[in-house]
Amino acid sequence: MSRIDDRFKRLNGNKALVAFFTAGDPDLSASKEIFSVIEKSGADIIEIGVPFSDPLADGPVIQASAHRSLQNGTTLKKIIALVKDIRSQSQLPIVLMSSFNPIFVYGQKEFVEDAVNAGVDGVILPDLPPEEAEEFLGFANEKKLDMIFLLAPTSTPDRIQMIGEVSKGFIYYVSLTGTTGTKEALAKNLKEKVSAIKSKVKLPVLVGFGISGPEQAKEAGQCSDGVIIGSAIVKLIESHPEPVERDKRIAEFISGIKAALTNSS
Amino acid sequence: MKSHKLPDSSGHFGKFGGKYVIETLMPALKELEQVYEEARNDPQFKKDLDYYLKHYVGRPTSLYFAERLTEHLGGAKIYLKREDLTHTGAHKINNTIGSALLAQRMGKKRVIAETGAGQHGVATATAASLFGLECEVFMGEEDMRRQALNVFRMRLLGATVTPVTGGTRTLKDATSEAIRNWITTVESTHYIIGSVVGPHPYPMIVRDFQKVIGEESREQIMEMEGRLPDICVACVGGGSNSMGLFYPFLENEEVGLIGVEAAGLGIDTDKHGASLTKGSPGVLHGMMSYLLHDDDGQVTEAHSISAGLDYPGVGCEHSHLRETGRAQYVPISDAEAMEGFKLLSQLEGIIPALESAHAIAHVMKMAPGMKKDQVILVCLSGRGDKDVNQVADMMGVSL
Repeated sequence: MSRIDDRFKRLNGNKALVAFFTAGDPDLSASKEIFSVIEKSGADIIEIGVPFSDPLADGPVIQASAHRSLQNGTTLKKIIALVKDIRSQSQLPIVLMSSFNPIFVYGQKEFVEDAVNAGVDGVILPDLPPEEAEEFLGFANEKKLDMIFLLAPTSTPDRIQMIGEVSKGFIYYVSLTGTTGTKEALAKNLKEKVSAIKSKVKLPVLVGFGISGPEQAKEAGQCSDGVIIGSAIVKLIESHPEPVERDKRIAEFISGIKAALTNSS
Repeated sequence: MKSHKLPDSSGHFGKFGGKYVIETLMPALKELEQVYEEARNDPQFKKDLDYYLKHYVGRPTSLYFAERLTEHLGGAKIYLKREDLTHTGAHKINNTIGSALLAQRMGKKRVIAETGAGQHGVATATAASLFGLECEVFMGEEDMRRQALNVFRMRLLGATVTPVTGGTRTLKDATSEAIRNWITTVESTHYIIGSVVGPHPYPMIVRDFQKVIGEESREQIMEMEGRLPDICVACVGGGSNSMGLFYPFLENEEVGLIGVEAAGLGIDTDKHGASLTKGSPGVLHGMMSYLLHDDDGQVTEAHSISAGLDYPGVGCEHSHLRETGRAQYVPISDAEAMEGFKLLSQLEGIIPALESAHAIAHVMKMAPGMKKDQVILVCLSGRGDKDVNQVADMMGVSL
């Protein structure tokens, strides 16, 4: 059983919290520290962002974070080494989120091998839909790397069915028609959309894009299997350059979300 | 003979093309594919498109024998396909009229576009005004500075021009921002892409709306010379005018096809836009194609004197034509393009767009070595009025 599947099994119906941050922002050693703080504060899965020069699915907060990271010389190779380092001390599921081009240039087969050897459990590649993913899926399935696909409010019933069949680990439900980033309120049709997906798909369905605080997490948690939070965390990292203060804020934030989710279970 | 009937049903040209986009957009691309398929088989759609192309755009554009340029270069006969004579002054309008008709057919009331030189932005704003659609154009801040006149034209036409401040503030970033906006507004909005780039079915649709350039040229050269040209030449940024010219000649293997890329300050520097000459396959803006990027897969900055060629990617069908060898791609530097710009102005009374001046500059290199009974057909993709301020600046003339 993969670490991700195992985590959902152990959650036993409790809501999952997936926390995202960009590797290398503000730098790679801080990323290691941030990972540890998030783990200790109760996250169930950590999603590490691979920066890309032209991230099409990201709003301004994560775009800026990717830019800072690239300015620091972060590369995919260094991120895989970071995961290896983290893995020697943690058994938390780790998912890499990346635009496809850095992986394509790295070499799909080489990437899957190196990532799995380092202890990566899953990948989310937003711009690699199943239609283009045949080659990557071949390598990933062989090495038991979970490829997590996205569903969106615009997904048609036949796509929900198809993506439910190829996805591994969980389904990443994009809660709003838009890019990543915090919004004031959750989409009105969230509950209806998620239950339509859950009626067709056996995997856990997690809600991401636009969840910024405990209230929204609680609400999203009530109709799904958990939430994914990214921009809100990245923003905390951006606005608190001082590490002790930064880590304290992140810890408070993650614990707050986890508590809200526990109440929504 | 090899078949050139591409893309295949999954939107690929060989290994290039495809749909590398977030799930949110996949249903819209599917819808566009279906609507386009219906439209292309609907005689009324063709009739409407032809009507506007003839009476509004001013097609067919002339094919002009550039006698003095031919004499000056002393070799092959040079014909210019005068896309500069279309309404709004560049070939971009061929695509935006067709695409606006598609938007209407889908019941979408808002269109968005990216623009580099501003020609596609102006052409989209024009089509939006003609069909009563709301229009927002994304343009890099640097390009807004270089092309202030076109910014003003778009605003006069009723469009909103939104400055893009990310990255290099040029066409690449404008395209990224237009895609992000489309992800957010996809249910009400049609994205009119300006070149043969982006996820399937865009490269096919834009090519099909631009192939009128090649179809007319073919007929006109048969009329004037009684035979097909030896070589077709056109500039390539994203590559829509070149794809439009090349496509109807693809199956005539005896016709050479040459795409001219921006070599900027030189292809051995890091300041150029020659993705087919110096790049390698990669994924950007929803497609697999040749791309300028580093060893870590990060897209690098392009550079060209011409905003329309200042793009690190290129249309996926061009990548395929390069791989199969059906077309050749050559670089032309900023300085060479300036020579083409001046020469055509002085010998033919035609001020070309800086983009088109790259094609002219390559003809200057190639024609003298060819026989006098050979024929070169060049796409003069746009007129140069928009570039006059910039050229004056570069020549040290203050206006």
